Amino acid sequence: MTKSASLQRLSGLIRKESLQIMRDPSSIAIAFILPIVLLFLFGYGVSLDARDIPIGIVVEQPDAATQSLSGSFEQSDYFSPVYFQTIQQAEKSLEQSKIQGIIWLKNDFARHLLSHKQAVIAVRVNGVNSNQANLMLGYIQGTWLAWLTRFASVQGIKLDMAIQLEHRVWYNAAVSSRLFLVPGLVAIIMTLIGSLLTALVVAREWDRGTMEALLVTPLHNHEFIAGKLIPYFVLGMTSLVVTVALAIGIFDVPFIGSFWLLILTGALFMLVSLAIGLLISIASKNQFVAGQIAIVISFLPAFILSGFIFDINSMPLAIQMITHIVPARYFVAILQTLFLAGDIWPVVIANVAALLFLLIIFSLLVAKKTRKSLE
Amino acid sequence: MPWSQYFFLIMALALKELLALLRDKTSRFVLIGPPVAQLLVFGYAATYDLNNISIALYNEDKGAASRELVSHIIGSPNINSLYTIEHESEIRTLLDNKNVLLVLHINSEFSADITQGKTAKVQLLLDGRNSNTAMIALNYMREIILQLNQQWSDLNHSQGPPAIIESRAWYNENLQSRWFIITGIIGLLTLVVTLIVTALSVAREREQGTFDQLLVTPVHPAFILVGKALPGLLIGLIQGSLIILLAVLWFEIPLRGSLIALYLGLFLFLLSAVGVGLMISAICVTQQQAVLGAFLFLVPAVILSGFATPIANMPDAVQLLTYTDPLRYFLIIVRSVFMEGVGVELLWPQYWPMAIIALLSLVMAAWLFRHRMY
Repeated sequence: MTKSASLQRLSGLIRKESLQIMRDPSSIAIAFILPIVLLFLFGYGVSLDARDIPIGIVVEQPDAATQSLSGSFEQSDYFSPVYFQTIQQAEKSLEQSKIQGIIWLKNDFARHLLSHKQAVIAVRVNGVNSNQANLMLGYIQGTWLAWLTRFASVQGIKLDMAIQLEHRVWYNAAVSSRLFLVPGLVAIIMTLIGSLLTALVVAREWDRGTMEALLVTPLHNHEFIAGKLIPYFVLGMTSLVVTVALAIGIFDVPFIGSFWLLILTGALFMLVSLAIGLLISIASKNQFVAGQIAIVISFLPAFILSGFIFDINSMPLAIQMITHIVPARYFVAILQTLFLAGDIWPVVIANVAALLFLLIIFSLLVAKKTRKSLE
Repeated sequence: MPWSQYFFLIMALALKELLALLRDKTSRFVLIGPPVAQLLVFGYAATYDLNNISIALYNEDKGAASRELVSHIIGSPNINSLYTIEHESEIRTLLDNKNVLLVLHINSEFSADITQGKTAKVQLLLDGRNSNTAMIALNYMREIILQLNQQWSDLNHSQGPPAIIESRAWYNENLQSRWFIITGIIGLLTLVVTLIVTALSVAREREQGTFDQLLVTPVHPAFILVGKALPGLLIGLIQGSLIILLAVLWFEIPLRGSLIALYLGLFLFLLSAVGVGLMISAICVTQQQAVLGAFLFLVPAVILSGFATPIANMPDAVQLLTYTDPLRYFLIIVRSVFMEGVGVELLWPQYWPMAIIALLSLVMAAWLFRHRMY
């Protein structure tokens, strides 16, 4: 057999696969529409940073000191205060979720503040969303500390605080959650195309019985795999470039690292995703099962176990072990670093090595499974 | 036809539907196995709490005060690994390489300042690549420093800062993010399974060509609709109950409100999920399109629901969009029944929008059954 015949067979299969993608509206939706929707939702829609939190302020005996404190909350970007006459009214509002927290200055506040007793700022927060509650408590504390310092200097008293903490946030000085969510999203979108779409399309051939027809053609095993995967690889890499361009161009996410490194690591990640997608489809041979499994073992882990939103170090040890076989974990780390910190070689090399290892493992599994299913 | 006959007709249709779904061993497994596994894995994995913070200390001060600060930090439970930095140049490497989440810099005048009664400043540098983690870590370090300040003031019999904060959290007293996430997963997993099951039901028959046969039988499309809706409703109900049971027994999340309020919410939520699923199913010609169509609805529905990121933080236009998302209402119901302990009477603003979504989508699906034929 000549090389050109092999090339011809390969290009024929690639053409068929590409036509299949372009002609099916649902694969167009997954490959093009969903990534754009996701990108805009994460770029504009969701955010972990609270601004203008509705907060109730109850001042039982107003005077200059309480006014300066509530003024600090009014000037803060984080809060939009609502005033209540009594704590009961404020608590009712908190129960109805109209406000997220209460700052309560009791009637002895000013007296204690100016005598030598500590005045108490009583704070109530709605803890249902614990993360937001924690962040809100942090903002309240920050506002309080800034006010204390100002209050002490205006009153000419020495602030009895042994240590004061100054902080600086590196890589993301504006502390905006968008700057880490959008880069991580690139990994999610590529998982979508590499694993979910590929798993479904190949499973369909089994479902419809066209796989047998394909198998009796003179196609070689490796030609079959290459022909199946090349169109999805191209699709995935296109989505990488488009997503990154939109992230930088529209959502103003800084990109400090080098572009070629992004493309290279992206290609590696795409190969791993494709191998997983292929493995799922060969193992399940049924669209319903393939779809469910692809969502469960590739898409959801890419969301939850990759460090995209949730910190991996805080997970229980057993779960941390599982995250090591989630390829998105390594690519999310690379993406967040390349975007926000630059070409940090130790991070890139360690994660690339892990991706390579996964690629070898999954490719071997695919090779073994295809041979079996051909027999 | 007498009513009992309608009843048997619908039952027969629903039974056929259930059998089609449960006949296959892998399909059976997929309905039960993955959701339970997901609940367990994600229940433990999805946490915003930090309990293994790795930090680096750059202590240029050799005095007793800084040693006390360091031991205070090491002793706090959520701090895990600790690097000691000798030179300033190491700071960048450790943060860059993600070896540590934060670096605490104590300068050489620290102990001297403390002894002289001045306020000593310490510097905290945080890796902001994940800004949420950085802010939580910052809060955590602030808390440690405040505690130490208070301890030292008590020791010196000085009064401390003129005003202090005493905070209390309602409903989730220890601010465990697990309570928030698991209650969200109840809605998420129930939606995923119900939607996929119903989305596939009509599409499967279309693909196999049996749907045309069903339409030419003397059964009114409304009955076909009910017959197709029942299995999804049933499976969603069983699965939802199983997950609620695990949330209460395994994860020990307090269920403080009324079960009636919860199940009324679950029922309306399932009805709207079934409606959307059947609508997708009626539009699609193949099973693959149905799965992808369901997925296309699922992903934005989860993101817009307030599952992981609060709706209040979204821009106004996006907030309006969330009103079309049934999961939005159900998550409020689950979380307020579980944590706030509310009953039916406070949840009407959540019930009726789901009822409307259910009604509209079911009517739409019935119409599409007849008008989408090819």
